[in-house]
Amino acid sequence: MLEIKNLHARIAEDGTEIIRGLNLTVKAGEVAAIMGPNGSGKSTLSYILAGRDDYEVTEGDILYNGESILELDPSERAAKGIFLAFQYPVEIPGVATMQFLKVAMNEQRKARGEDELTTPDFIKRVKDAAATLQIDPAMLRRPLNVGFSGGEKKRAEILQMKLLAPQLCVLDETDSGLDIDALKIVSGGVNALRSPDRAIIVITHYQRLLEYIVPDSVHVLHRGQVIKSGDKDLARVLEAEGYTGIVEAAA
Amino acid sequence: MNIQTKPPHTVAEQGILDSYAQMMGQLPGDAPVTAARDKLLGAFSAAGLPTRRIESWHYTDLRNLLRALPGAASGAAQRTDPVVRGSVVLPLIQGQSAEASTPEGMDLTPFIDLLASGEAAKMLVARDADDLVGRLNGTFVADGYRLTVAADQAIKELVEIQSVQSGGQVHNRFDASFGAKSSATVIERHLGDEAHPGLSTAITTLELGDGAEVTWIILQDCGVEDQRLAQLNTRLGAGATLKVYVVNVGGKLVRQELNVDVAGEGAHFDLRCVNLLAGDSHTDITLTLDHNVPNTTSKEIVRTVVLDRARGVFQGQIRVAQIAQKTDAQMSCNTLLLSDGGEFAAKPELEIFADDVICGHGATVIDINHDHLFYLMARGVTEKSARALLINGFVDELIEELENEELIEALETHIAQWLIDHG
Repeated sequence: MLEIKNLHARIAEDGTEIIRGLNLTVKAGEVAAIMGPNGSGKSTLSYILAGRDDYEVTEGDILYNGESILELDPSERAAKGIFLAFQYPVEIPGVATMQFLKVAMNEQRKARGEDELTTPDFIKRVKDAAATLQIDPAMLRRPLNVGFSGGEKKRAEILQMKLLAPQLCVLDETDSGLDIDALKIVSGGVNALRSPDRAIIVITHYQRLLEYIVPDSVHVLHRGQVIKSGDKDLARVLEAEGYTGIVEAAA
Repeated sequence: MNIQTKPPHTVAEQGILDSYAQMMGQLPGDAPVTAARDKLLGAFSAAGLPTRRIESWHYTDLRNLLRALPGAASGAAQRTDPVVRGSVVLPLIQGQSAEASTPEGMDLTPFIDLLASGEAAKMLVARDADDLVGRLNGTFVADGYRLTVAADQAIKELVEIQSVQSGGQVHNRFDASFGAKSSATVIERHLGDEAHPGLSTAITTLELGDGAEVTWIILQDCGVEDQRLAQLNTRLGAGATLKVYVVNVGGKLVRQELNVDVAGEGAHFDLRCVNLLAGDSHTDITLTLDHNVPNTTSKEIVRTVVLDRARGVFQGQIRVAQIAQKTDAQMSCNTLLLSDGGEFAAKPELEIFADDVICGHGATVIDINHDHLFYLMARGVTEKSARALLINGFVDELIEELENEELIEALETHIAQWLIDHG
């Protein structure tokens, strides 16, 4: 589903290279975990996948279902089924959550040539999805993410993911700032979305999240490259021994 | 010997003098009214249109901006649906009052009757030496409405003063008084005609008795070539609450003055102003706000969206008298500047003579937030829609403070339409 080939990317503003020849393949149905120390390029990779224009790809390619997505803007990528759950979801005052959800769902449907949702159908979908994530409907009447706690913001991200039903989900440190109860709810939401035709990339610092969302593959990112790949046991090794050993072995 | 020569009248100034000569005998009013008009015109003739040398007009060089007067009225103006369905409409077609149903609990008098009877003569005065709007409007005012709400009356129905203009000149007065503990919501709406540019002036006077609660919404929906000079003067009694909304979505040259006297203890004044500016328009909001007694509060928020080569101005002056202890006055002015050719000038002023007060002001000028845009687009919202959502959100925040859901929806629809037209 996703094939990243020899990707090089830098910060557009100052030319600092962050991703330096990254290769990664994720198949449909797979849950891939990306781990790595601070500054290894994990969040940058998630932004590049989503199409943020603060980064420039200088070499290599990203193929999604066999097609390069480098020329697509973020909304076109989203319409094709790529979803990024943000590490820090932004608060947008003045934009009502429900209005935003409706616009987002309908614009994606429109881009795929589907009919817009009727209002009752839309409301029912939101209510059902919110209930499974234990989201208080009062929260949805507020402006987007405004005044939400850290845990509420992460749950709202998973709610959007559920409603938009993407094919490729990228979760950027979804566990940061979550207490253990919220972590269980969020992981439950993600696990419910596991399916043979969907791929999920989980970016995290810690092995803790992977106790709840058990990955099929684990990849270690360092200085903008995947330096080691393995199965879920690799995450346990990292938790026990830290990144130093693997980094030194790769050097 | 020192000879001072006054500059000759500009084309527009001469046009104003000529208009008065042509209307001799046609403007309503008895002898005192006519004398008041003559006096105001004399003062206008001597001073002319204000230039940037006059401090209160520094950012709106009217002599330069008001180049010519419009042609005659087209005769095409006609009543339209109110902003909120079911409102009681007080029509002004090309500036003239027409038959109106009176909202329950309100007394209504066409202003032309007050001119004819001479009762209006004492109202035809300028506020000060630089009060161009007072002079012009007082010279030419032909009609409008007086609204009177008795004490303890709650006006349930929404009232819409609907002024529709198609070219020519329109000069109106709205004189409203609200008795103690009364309440009402009034929309003062001015509509122009894209095809026929016009000039209009309006002076609105709101007198709030003790404990009165009033929401007054000025919806300026002029044509793109219209010129409009408006003034709102108000005085708040003890414990009164006045919310003024100003929504500017049209006009080539617009000046809205507000002069607020918070005169009774415990009174609260709110201003929420939304300016949507495009083309090469010039829009000026000028506020003077006096806290004259202890324990009063006020809050002003001005939000402006600037496109194209449009220019906006906000002058906000808060004056706190020495006895007005415990005043809490907050003023902010936020501008979304979306083009390189656009301009916005903000001039907040605080003049405080009391020592135990909280007063603050802030001004920001920003572009669309890049992080917000990326977030929305990452959810599949196209760039155009995402920008529209964010611009809408920036101004809708103020509209949503209103308590009437239908009114919120109607105003937000108006704003959304403007963005679609100019997006």
